[in-house]
Amino acid sequence: MNVKRGIIILTESREKRNKKLSSFFLSGKRRGDKIFYIVVIGAAAYTLLMLALILYAVGSGSVKIFSFEGFKFFTSTDWNSVEGRESFGAFPYIIGTLISSAVALAIGVPLSLGIAIFLSEMSSSKILSKISGPLSFVIELLAAVPSIIYGLWALFVFRFWILNLIEMPLYNAFGQSIPFFGVTPFGLDWFTAGIVLAIMIIPIVSSICREVIRAVPDSQREAAYSLGATRWETVRIAIFPYAKSGILGAILMGLGRAIGETMLVTLVIGNAIGASAIPTSLFSPSQTLSSLIANEFNEASSDLHLSALIGLGAVLLMLTMAILIGARLLVARMVKVSPGARE
Amino acid sequence: MQDSKTNYGKERLRDMMIRRSSGRKLVDKVVSIFAVFSVILAVVLLGSILIEVIINGAGALSINFLTQPPGAIGSGMGGIGPAIQGTLIIVGLASAIGTPVGVLAGIYLSEFGGHGIFPSVVRFFNDVLVGLPSIVIGIVAYITLVLTLGSFSVWAGAFALSIIMIPIVTRVTEETLKIVPNSVREAGQSLGIPKRKIILRIVLPSAKSGVITGVILAIARIAGETAPLIMTILGTDLFFTTLRGPVDALPLRIWRLASQPYEYAHSFGWGAALILILLVLGLSLGLRLVAHKRGFKIRTIAAG
Repeated sequence: MNVKRGIIILTESREKRNKKLSSFFLSGKRRGDKIFYIVVIGAAAYTLLMLALILYAVGSGSVKIFSFEGFKFFTSTDWNSVEGRESFGAFPYIIGTLISSAVALAIGVPLSLGIAIFLSEMSSSKILSKISGPLSFVIELLAAVPSIIYGLWALFVFRFWILNLIEMPLYNAFGQSIPFFGVTPFGLDWFTAGIVLAIMIIPIVSSICREVIRAVPDSQREAAYSLGATRWETVRIAIFPYAKSGILGAILMGLGRAIGETMLVTLVIGNAIGASAIPTSLFSPSQTLSSLIANEFNEASSDLHLSALIGLGAVLLMLTMAILIGARLLVARMVKVSPGARE
Repeated sequence: MQDSKTNYGKERLRDMMIRRSSGRKLVDKVVSIFAVFSVILAVVLLGSILIEVIINGAGALSINFLTQPPGAIGSGMGGIGPAIQGTLIIVGLASAIGTPVGVLAGIYLSEFGGHGIFPSVVRFFNDVLVGLPSIVIGIVAYITLVLTLGSFSVWAGAFALSIIMIPIVTRVTEETLKIVPNSVREAGQSLGIPKRKIILRIVLPSAKSGVITGVILAIARIAGETAPLIMTILGTDLFFTTLRGPVDALPLRIWRLASQPYEYAHSFGWGAALILILLVLGLSLGLRLVAHKRGFKIRTIAAG
């Protein structure tokens, strides 16, 4: 359809051009193409320029704090912006970021794989095949819901579910005996933040996993089934090894999202500062790199304080760059099945 | 006689297999149940988000709520007029910057790129850029624009959002253009049409639907971004006056309302969330319905 339209345009422009054929061929064509080439390569270079700008800006903005704190910036637990007594350490927030993301992966990845297996392998029966289409549609749609809305829902609705269904029972049962459950829960802690992050990454991780699993050739499945394998065994011996790198890439993609997520975490993690942001219990409030930046950026009291916050951004940037580059090398565009190539 | 014997043998064989494989079947059942359970859990949780936003948000909606500026904190008056206006302005400006740059970069990668070093590097770092945390991009816009221009501004916000948008559009454009069959390009070349015209008048129009899809999904993504706006547009209670000053935006307003200790503010927050979700899901839902009707497929963008 579209191609046809293209040919119509093509013939029209050909007729027009025939009139001034000679002048056209000799001058304008080459020059126009060259200018066009410069424009598009310029746009491509703009991408690299933006990345360079990001590295330069974050680097230059955090020079001050790194020269002030040195390596202690990574290991210190103080966070004090009072003039004359300034001391900034990123350690508690690095920990907070890592553990909340770990919870997100521990919960989000198995569920996402379950969904992906359901959508790609279990839709053989009539009923299931009818719901799997709309289901993947809904899940993909939910990948577009802004994270601030996940945050709002978590703060006013989901927090109380976690509090009443998981945290209070655990606290009542083990609060006295096991220190890990020994802080009175309010639902505003790193555990809640991790679970909400898990819910947030499920749509994206499960849809990438589904695509990767679907891209596994049917011959793999048929070989396993013909040996008498059950459905789970087929998934385990025939599909996972084949889709391994793609699934790992999807997991790293989810990890990148969880680590960088800001608004949702700010609303539910409890926003502890300094040494108390290192959790001592499952129900301790904590803080992540990005949530501290969001909380304090507009109230930064001095240039040094601002630079410390940008320094947190630098740590965050390094973490995510490492993960993304790893993910990109692993997946190597394995997911990149061209649209329409497979139904 | 012979028949019943073989049948008997078959039955025994089957019994044996079933007995030996009962453990395997159990594992299979458990995994299947887990898969179904995870689907149900996801649907319940994600469905709860939509339902809560719709129920709580609908209660806050009124003409005044949609058109008035916010009242004094704690007064229970006012609305989110400036936030709606601000979101439209910033997202419009960001897509005015991001769409052409992204599409042109995608054209480069698909039509001129090949597998040389430079295009491979661009492709690689473009994918990295897709996944960078938006708050870091906000910091960059703050340092490069807010500090140099001396004030929080619409420009800084739009710049930050355009950095988020460009890599998404670039990737989708490249992938869509690559599906256009080569014979189309060759036909153009054999007629002596200049390459730029082959691309702009023939290849790009035939890939139109895919490119538009990418642009709209990218717009939906940046419309919901909050973190980079904190350090670029700051937020204000006033309607838009100048591109060089602060402005309000829906996600930012939701965050501020949710952080206030007043019941009415939370209700306003839900109302603003409903408007935002209508905007974002309206864009992608509308797109998907059109896509479904026209019969082209939308790939999930792994927008990091």
